[in-house]
Amino acid sequence: MDWQVFWTAVLAAIPAGTPYLYATLGEIYAERSGILNLGVEGMMIMGAVVGFGVTLSTGNPWLGFAAAALAGALLALIHAFVSITLRANQIISGLALTMFGLGLSGLLGRRYIGTPLPVRVREVPIPILSDIPLVGDLLFNHDPIVYLSFVLVPVLGFLLFHTRLGISIRSVGENPATADAMGVNVFRVRYLCTVWGGVLAGIAGAYLSIVYAPAWIEGMTAGAGWIAIALTIFALWSPYRALVGAYLFGGVKVLQYRLQPLGVSPNLLNTLPFVLTILVLLMATGEVRRRRIGMPAALGIPYSREER
Amino acid sequence: MTLPIRAERRLVVPRTVALTAVTLSVLVALVVIGIVFTLAGIPPLATYARMFRGAFGSTYGLSETLVKTIPLLLTSVGLAVAFRALVWNIGAEGQLLMGATAATWVALFLLPDAPSWVLLPAMFLAGFIAGALWALIPAFLKVRFQTNEVITTLMTVYIAEEFVNYLVYGPWKGAAEWGFPYTDRFPEAAQLPVLGATRIHYPTLLLGLILAALMYVLLHHTKLGYEIRVTGENPLAARYAGIDARRIILFVMLISGGLAGLAGVGEVAGVHHRLRYARGISAGYGFTAIIVAWLGRLHPLAIIVASFLFGGLLVGGDVLQVSLNLPVATIDMFNGVILFFVIAAEILTRYKISVRSKEA
Repeated sequence: MDWQVFWTAVLAAIPAGTPYLYATLGEIYAERSGILNLGVEGMMIMGAVVGFGVTLSTGNPWLGFAAAALAGALLALIHAFVSITLRANQIISGLALTMFGLGLSGLLGRRYIGTPLPVRVREVPIPILSDIPLVGDLLFNHDPIVYLSFVLVPVLGFLLFHTRLGISIRSVGENPATADAMGVNVFRVRYLCTVWGGVLAGIAGAYLSIVYAPAWIEGMTAGAGWIAIALTIFALWSPYRALVGAYLFGGVKVLQYRLQPLGVSPNLLNTLPFVLTILVLLMATGEVRRRRIGMPAALGIPYSREER
Repeated sequence: MTLPIRAERRLVVPRTVALTAVTLSVLVALVVIGIVFTLAGIPPLATYARMFRGAFGSTYGLSETLVKTIPLLLTSVGLAVAFRALVWNIGAEGQLLMGATAATWVALFLLPDAPSWVLLPAMFLAGFIAGALWALIPAFLKVRFQTNEVITTLMTVYIAEEFVNYLVYGPWKGAAEWGFPYTDRFPEAAQLPVLGATRIHYPTLLLGLILAALMYVLLHHTKLGYEIRVTGENPLAARYAGIDARRIILFVMLISGGLAGLAGVGEVAGVHHRLRYARGISAGYGFTAIIVAWLGRLHPLAIIVASFLFGGLLVGGDVLQVSLNLPVATIDMFNGVILFFVIAAEILTRYKISVRSKEA
């Protein structure tokens, strides 16, 4: 392959992978606290429609992102209530959340179909740094949401692994009864992490509809939320590894567009990310088993003080 | 001060309590959706009335409700068996599509000239096998590599959808279909008989009812069924009792995939008489079936009733789409909200709430 073609593909993989990155970072936090949220797809699509709608009516994409984050948080709150307070089955609750989000977004978005946004979120090259060959284009010539994700990855990694809050989160996900005995408020930490997951999923969806597309298309997340859940496992619940997985899938998305003109069936190309998800999951699961690390021990198990 | 209310944990939930809880939860869900409708500027009561009349208010509506009951019944009865073992087959939609694809292959390419009594059973058999095999891929990955089946089964849905679309836009595209993404029409012998002027392909309906009864017997009156239930209710006890979890996983995935495959055969042989693009064959039956199974509390006989109700809901969804111009996805909102309230109610029925007397 031509170097230039390859390099533009690599550069395109970063914005393409950004929604995966946000959604995966959010799910990592929820799962680290022991809450499996399969509603990522639903939270993302609600973020997409709310973000698009607010940007359209206010002309301000940042308000759009804020509203999308709020929408994701509210949806996550439902899951938190059902799975933490009521201690219902988290798998079913998450599925319900995805269905609800897909349905409600379809209903809310019916007016936006085919409507263009009046504003665009553009790349903001960082002076001087963006002039550095290669690295400049790779790291310093993006839109603000991509920059924010560059900052979020180390911040969230540091928070999780090197702070008191991070220890609380991880202990609640590993052994809630012990954490409780140590004085950690299990319910508060789990609520916090689940809602934070919703915030990031909302932003992920809004990135699709405000920046990447930019348009509202019914069902436009098209499985991205599910890929994020697989990437959470691939990342072994570490924000740093999430970066690798997200850009890998971003790259596949770019590859799909590049291969289409070559006469490969678009339908078969569309299966690429999903086949890759299964493969990636297979690799990650093997690694989890070999190294005996990774999955939070209390993931998906409701915590009840009377039953510890 | 403590409230004069006592919540006691129940060991067994009485049937009447369970039924009341499910009914109430569906009603509350409808109220919540009504509020969403109101906020979206859609009059809720008039809309519900139209949906209800559309689904149950006429012979035509009722017959369409039954048409949609068929795939829901077959699929959700199979899923109930898997869910009982706590095996999360979320991929029934894809298994249904693979069943439809296999039946199409038999009807158009393998035995196009066979008589009906050979062709139709062959199509159902092929559909069962295709659905089962498609489900066995994630099942194998789970038993061999312990991958999470929620994600792998779901990924196989997307892959199956794209595969069906590839076929109908590409190699299987009908010669006489004017550019539509359809295969050619099935020969007469590959089309299921229907009741009168309706679209009710009764052989599939009967098959669904028989399989519901069979699955009830399997789950409640056989050793294998007992093992499936123990595996789901108490995995540790199952292991100590020497139950091979891997065998259970493979079996329930085979059954749930196979039954979804049969549902797919019913759709192409009974309703469409050809393979169409994926969303045209199944507008989410495989996902709705998850709720149907849960609403029926994973009990095959209760699922028969739940399938009929959700068949009605899907027909009501068509009414929303056609006469009110609402998106198809609206019905997903019903699905999601109802499911939330059903699982919430399930938790609440585990407790017996009573008012405490003063002396106590």
